[in-house]
Amino acid sequence: MPQYMLLVYQEDVDEAEQAERERTLPLFVELHRSLKEAGLLVSVQRLHSPQSATSVRVRDGDTEITDGPFAVTKEILAGYYIVECADLDEALKQAARVPAAVFGTVEVRPMMPAAEWLERARAAGADVPDEAVEDMA
Amino acid sequence: MSGVHPADPVAGAIAETFRDERAIVLATLIRQSGDFQVAEDAVQEAFESALTVWRRDGIPNSPGAWITTAARRRAIDRLRRDRSVADRAERLADLMRLDAQHEEVPSMDDESSLVDDRLRLIFTCCHPALAMPARVALTLRTLGGLTTAEIARGFLVAEPTMGKRIVRAKRKIAEAHIPYRVPPDEELPDRLRGVMRVVYLIFNEGYSATGGDRLVREELCDEAIRLGELLCRLMPDDSEVWGLSALMLLHDARRAARVDSDGRYTALGDQDRSLWDQDRIGEGLARLYRAVRLRRPGEYQLQAAITALQIQSPDAEHTDWAQIAELYGALGRLTPSPVIELNRSVAVGMADGPAAGLALLEPLLADPALERYQPMYAAHAELLTRAGDSTGAARAYEQAIALTENAVERSELERRLAAVATE
Repeated sequence: MPQYMLLVYQEDVDEAEQAERERTLPLFVELHRSLKEAGLLVSVQRLHSPQSATSVRVRDGDTEITDGPFAVTKEILAGYYIVECADLDEALKQAARVPAAVFGTVEVRPMMPAAEWLERARAAGADVPDEAVEDMA
Repeated sequence: MSGVHPADPVAGAIAETFRDERAIVLATLIRQSGDFQVAEDAVQEAFESALTVWRRDGIPNSPGAWITTAARRRAIDRLRRDRSVADRAERLADLMRLDAQHEEVPSMDDESSLVDDRLRLIFTCCHPALAMPARVALTLRTLGGLTTAEIARGFLVAEPTMGKRIVRAKRKIAEAHIPYRVPPDEELPDRLRGVMRVVYLIFNEGYSATGGDRLVREELCDEAIRLGELLCRLMPDDSEVWGLSALMLLHDARRAARVDSDGRYTALGDQDRSLWDQDRIGEGLARLYRAVRLRRPGEYQLQAAITALQIQSPDAEHTDWAQIAELYGALGRLTPSPVIELNRSVAVGMADGPAAGLALLEPLLADPALERYQPMYAAHAELLTRAGDSTGAARAYEQAIALTENAVERSELERRLAAVATE
């Protein structure tokens, strides 16, 4: 079954509004339980705020470390789900159930199966053995 | 397929098969192969090879069956090479099993499975996860069989841009696993509205555009009408499907009269009615009655009914404006919009006199959505003229003229302005 990442974006808000959102936790618990029961949930994770992010780039062999996220945006990546669904319609339906979809945005991205990644690399001329698939994901 | 020579029976047979069977063959092969691109390439190649083979061996008894078999074999070849297609092994096995059957055996549920495949294709091409321009392009490409170049010309877009748009859409269908199916009942009404929006947009693009290749634009109208008819055949219990088909036919019946000999737009009241296509009008009305009999009103039926009333009246004076006003009222309750409210005020002004029309129109003057909407000022000026307020009418005409880009329309408005100014 195809897998999808549901990326949960929401606006960075002040403490009072954040507190209000924290109180919605039972809704998330309910959703996660139901996704697990349906056998759809691969993983789910909330992220700390982008203020705690550090970005790393290696240029000409030098590692550059900078404080902050890759891009500063009004809406921040707050967490993600990985779900296994029959097709996009099913994934969109689950995305609409994420409580944060009411105030934020849930982006649904299909995950590329390791075999397809391998296939693409080979098509581009990479020399990779079949067993590599095991170590790819 | 263009360039058909009437004296060339093979080319003629291919063109006919392309027109009648291509979408059906493609729709089924997409389901069987599980991949848009594979199926489309295979069908394309099958038609190309038909030209050589039919010239050599003669036109087959059942050209559609020949194309089906040829396309399936090419899909098998492609699937053997292309390992990225999902469920490739099962797909290959299915296709090879079908290929091993000696001939195309029509099964009991053949007709309904063909219908289902085309519906699947329509719903997939019009899936809400695709951007609107991609839905339109993909629908024209796969269901209409238009070439990328033709679609690009119809939408005044560069051909490579249109090509990329179509390729991206097909890639998204494959990568995101957009399902190839008719939506379940609980989603069907919404999704069908989405499909109708795509079809009507194709029609309007062909109907209202003033620039671009005229032949291609007519092709867009014809294609939208064909898609509308297909929806009627596939979903005959939905009243709006009939309403949309009726609406497009009733508009299109006046196609030849909409533009004068200099290629300029002609308003309904000034059109040469002898140029109207009476067969199309008859067909449009029949479809409208069929829609109304299903007793589930909707926006397309209401628009078609308004158009029908206008078409069936000999002139503005003998038009049933009270009923048109009522229909606009119903339309506005269904899909509220200031433009519909404006049209209603004009109809009321015709039915109950200018004062009643002005009472409805004047609140709209403050609506920011209509601030630069020229028809509102022109309608305001008309109503004021009839109400005897020539100063107000002159001011409204000036506002309308300032917003008019079309030279013919501008000179008409200037003529009317001069008429009220001399009163």
